[in-house]
Amino acid sequence: MSLRATHRDAGQVTVVDLSGRIVLGDGSALLRKTIRGLLEDQRKNILLNLADVDYIDSSGIGELVSAFTAVKNQSGDMKLLHLTKKVRDLLQITKLYTVFDVFTDEGTALRSFS
Amino acid sequence: MVPDSKHLEITLETQVESVNLAEEMCLRVAEAAGFGEDDCYRIGMSVREGVINAFHYGNQERPEKKIHLAVDITPEKLIIHVLDEGQGFRLADVPDPLAEENLLSTSGRGIFLMRAFMDEFDVVPGRTGGAEIVMSKKLPPPGSDSTNGRGRQDASSQQGA
Repeated sequence: MSLRATHRDAGQVTVVDLSGRIVLGDGSALLRKTIRGLLEDQRKNILLNLADVDYIDSSGIGELVSAFTAVKNQSGDMKLLHLTKKVRDLLQITKLYTVFDVFTDEGTALRSFS
Repeated sequence: MVPDSKHLEITLETQVESVNLAEEMCLRVAEAAGFGEDDCYRIGMSVREGVINAFHYGNQERPEKKIHLAVDITPEKLIIHVLDEGQGFRLADVPDPLAEENLLSTSGRGIFLMRAFMDEFDVVPGRTGGAEIVMSKKLPPPGSDSTNGRGRQDASSQQGA
């Protein structure tokens, strides 16, 4: 299943709802394009909702890190919401779970940006 | 080859689509061999990473080069070989992605994931001069919880089909 991305504004935060696989090729490219577009629109507080992302490979992990760095470089913040077990396990073994702010509740995640 | 072993090999183009193709092929073999969902995920991911490594680092994304994928099923384990036509590399030269200074690197986690997800992992000089990744996972015992309710006998008959 290829990656799909939609986004919605919640105050100063943009929630990006992703579904599918973030993998080498179109999936990683779409994530890059989405984040780049938001930063160009000065939407620098980004919450990635990964509830429907059941698969990420090393290219997808690289794209998440790249997005995180790009947002931070523009004095913004990018956080993660609703990790599936596979994605959580992957971030844990790669030690990235400690790098990203991860939330299980959208309201709590949104409030954390203020 | 060991009696009762099965061998499958395919030559892939150096293109992104080959990554998905290799993953799908090996997933079918792993399922037929009796691996459960979690192990199939780990095997599929490892194959993806092996082919990505060959595509990107080994063959430098050059379309005239090929990626050679082989799968062996012995009575004990599933063995996967991924061979590229690049310059080869030494495992000792691969940076540790868990090191503090590499945590925010945007690449370099493929080898780590293959090592984490497979029982055995090595990189050897390939017959074409490139690098050959060799990795294996022990077959689940017949009737165990991880065999999707199917035994290896069932897997063998599917392989022979």
